[in-house]
Amino acid sequence: MEISLAAETLFHIGSMPITNTLVMTLILSILIIATSFFLKNKIKLVPKGFQNIVESVLEALLNLVDSVTQDRKQSQKFFPLVATIFIFVILSNWIELVPGLGTIGIHEVVHGKTVLVPFLRSVSADLNFTLALALISFFSIQFFGIAAIGAAKYAGKFFVSPLHKPYFIGTFVGALELIGETAKIISFSFRLFGNIFAGEVLLIVMLNLVPYIVPLPFLFLELFVGFIQALVFAMLTLVFLKMATVEATH
Amino acid sequence: MDAEAAKSIGAAIAMGVGAIGPGLGIGILASKAMESIGRNPEATAKVQTAMILAIAFTEAIAIYALVVALIIKFV
Repeated sequence: MEISLAAETLFHIGSMPITNTLVMTLILSILIIATSFFLKNKIKLVPKGFQNIVESVLEALLNLVDSVTQDRKQSQKFFPLVATIFIFVILSNWIELVPGLGTIGIHEVVHGKTVLVPFLRSVSADLNFTLALALISFFSIQFFGIAAIGAAKYAGKFFVSPLHKPYFIGTFVGALELIGETAKIISFSFRLFGNIFAGEVLLIVMLNLVPYIVPLPFLFLELFVGFIQALVFAMLTLVFLKMATVEATH
Repeated sequence: MDAEAAKSIGAAIAMGVGAIGPGLGIGILASKAMESIGRNPEATAKVQTAMILAIAFTEAIAIYALVVALIIKFV
């Protein structure tokens, strides 16, 4: 039972290692892009079948974004980022439940022991992916905030001059908020990585102990946790976007 | 004791102690949310959304402890 914290490299292109999670990311992206092209060519005014499902999912997401921003125009600005994060993360969370995902691979000798290197691995179980998503969220929050209220006012939220009303306490709180912004990156990436990686380890251990019937509740738990983590990532990005575009109230 | 045994014990203690705080926190959050839903069933959707968000924040602390335990054991 080999559990590896880091994603395993399959081969190298030049000097860049290609990990199995990178291959999985490419497969997922091609799937999503191909689906959207397929839908775009066959779009009808009265939706049926697959188009109906996709429209209902997107409408539910738009209503969710509306409930936080309370403003249709602003939700149309935030919607592409938030909905993409939600769809990509939920697909990459649920893909780990597909049978055969972490088990089909080749035997390699690593550090003197033969381990199984699987061909595919769930994307969110790789800290690089969650860190990249967290950085994307962080920088878009800053950009949307600056675009909405201007760079001077946005910087004024963090660098409060000690000559006005709350005096030095204001400066101190501003510095704390700055540290809090960078802590968001760590918290985003580790929350998603920890949940999904722990779920994978749990499934490996349970399926190793009793292969039939008993792991069923754990599979349901993983389904639920995958959905909740995708929802939380998207909603937290949305809430921080909303808070960044609001003027500082003093 | 040898290094492997010490690693296992370290990982176990890290996760065990790290789960106490978030466990209590989530319990308090959920109980207050249930109370407010009971008093005002019309506000269920709003309370539920805020509760899920707050639970995600507290659960993240337990996940940090889990990551530390995994690093102790496997790295």
